[in-house]
Amino acid sequence: MRVGRGELYAGRALLIALIAVVVLPFISIFTTALHPSRTVPVGLEWPADPQWGNFIEAFNVANMSTLLASSVFIVLAVVPVALVISTMAGFGIGLLRIPGARWLLLLFIFGLTLPFEGIITPLYFLAREIGILNTRLAIVLPLIGLFMPFAVFWMRAHFVNMPNEISEAARVDGASTWDLFWRIHVPLARAPMASLGILMSVWAWNQFLLALVLVEDPTQRTMAGALGAFQGHYATDIPLLSAGTVLILLPTLILFILFQRQVISALLQGSVKG
Amino acid sequence: MNHAAGGAGPGGAIVSSPARDARRRTSRRIPWTQGIRRQYVVGWLFVLPALVMYGLFVLQPLALTLQYSLYRWDGVGPATYVGLSNYVTVLSEPRLIETLFNAFRLVLFFSLIPVGLGLVTASVIQRVARGRLGAISRTVLFLPQVIPLVAAGIIWGRLLSLTGLVNQGLTAIGLGDVTRAWLGDFDTALSAVGIIGIWVLLGFCTVLLLTGMTKIDAALYESARIDGAGWFAEFRAITVPSLRYEIGVCITVTVIAALAAFDIVYVSTGGGPGGATAVPGIQIYILAFLERQVGLASALAVVLVFLVLLVILPIQRLTRDSAS
Repeated sequence: MRVGRGELYAGRALLIALIAVVVLPFISIFTTALHPSRTVPVGLEWPADPQWGNFIEAFNVANMSTLLASSVFIVLAVVPVALVISTMAGFGIGLLRIPGARWLLLLFIFGLTLPFEGIITPLYFLAREIGILNTRLAIVLPLIGLFMPFAVFWMRAHFVNMPNEISEAARVDGASTWDLFWRIHVPLARAPMASLGILMSVWAWNQFLLALVLVEDPTQRTMAGALGAFQGHYATDIPLLSAGTVLILLPTLILFILFQRQVISALLQGSVKG
Repeated sequence: MNHAAGGAGPGGAIVSSPARDARRRTSRRIPWTQGIRRQYVVGWLFVLPALVMYGLFVLQPLALTLQYSLYRWDGVGPATYVGLSNYVTVLSEPRLIETLFNAFRLVLFFSLIPVGLGLVTASVIQRVARGRLGAISRTVLFLPQVIPLVAAGIIWGRLLSLTGLVNQGLTAIGLGDVTRAWLGDFDTALSAVGIIGIWVLLGFCTVLLLTGMTKIDAALYESARIDGAGWFAEFRAITVPSLRYEIGVCITVTVIAALAAFDIVYVSTGGGPGGATAVPGIQIYILAFLERQVGLASALAVVLVFLVLLVILPIQRLTRDSAS
């Protein structure tokens, strides 16, 4: 493709400007975090005496180690279960084509556009009734349910495109339905399952509304939920709040930079299929 | 959504009655047909766990939202049946109906601008930055999409504050007069929240559209160039029409993000000042958990769910048509 010199420079200038717009906010929050506690720094200014200790203080007052453990627990409780049961459902609907498969699929698709706010109020009373309010289960169980529409839809899209010959060959060899699923189709579905796992991990990690409403104690919440509480407590101490924000961002940023190709492609495929 | 239209056709196809007849006639010799009926039961068992979780924690609460919306209830005491009067309140009381208008104003920022600017950016990357600059732009622009929205809200709360980077920049270029606390000013708060949305969603749209662009046949551009088409003509006649499906996906995702916005608004403004940035999600939270008006909150929730469907379904139909 031949491109004129003017366009070349204008285009690159635009891209560099956009990159700056994305990066500057991160730099601003970082320099703010280095200012002395309880001061009100301007947007972008390297402090005369950088207070690296702010990060340690934020780590301690935000209970960061507990928070990390809590977030990891929630992700580990949600993602494997959601992954297994949605893969099973996708297999049943897409490959076994059980009677009523079409109807079931529509039922799940209906949930795809549902905003969480639409059901958050009854979820609160439901969690209170079954005694899981203010425990991590109050985030874990609804989250598994809320992931089902997308996850089932996603896995069904994989199974519906699998050639029938594979299953027929296995049947002739006398494989049970469970064998067919576990030994033949799950290994073949590894790629879509991996993408789905990444997607659900990011979503669970970043989940805010459920954490805010269903769990009062920030140390039992997700990272994002805890950040909301941290903001409430330290809104007046801007450098400390900024240091806490940087710390809470850090795990996500590191994981994204390490796995950027997988994360980007999972998120994109996710939206295209959904 | 591309798979939704096809596939399901032969879904429940293997009709059950011939199978049953066959079984009656030859059940001894061909146990395989018996297997088919058992297979249906087993198949349903495969779907059951997902269905139970979905039913318990999504469909049941959804039905309860509908039920609550017909009652006046403070969440503790007895509930009084009030018919549709909560809905009348939602659609007539200014502070509630205004949240619906605010949601649509956010669509401009969360959807129109990221999709429009994303098209331009993706096309620029495609044309002038196929090497390292393009790869870096892709990664960096995508970054805001993976961080928690709460963090985006806190970061931008700082940037848009009186002493924030935005005002610092404006002063530097001689616009010191317009500086203000952008999120605290009645006239600018909603637009300021919208700008946070642009920051979060632009990269997502850009990268998605860029992936679509790489699939467009280069021969189309070659022949357009022979006809003497310029950049804009190409953009309008080839790029945009070829990307109809990707554009539809971008619009769907971003419109839902706008109508159901919660995290960013909660953290950056909490709905203030004076309700200037109150969106349905925030108002539902305030009504249900701070003002203890569970019925009214639920009516607003039902209206929100319905609005999202009303806006998304036509867009889905358009993209599905273009995909087939």
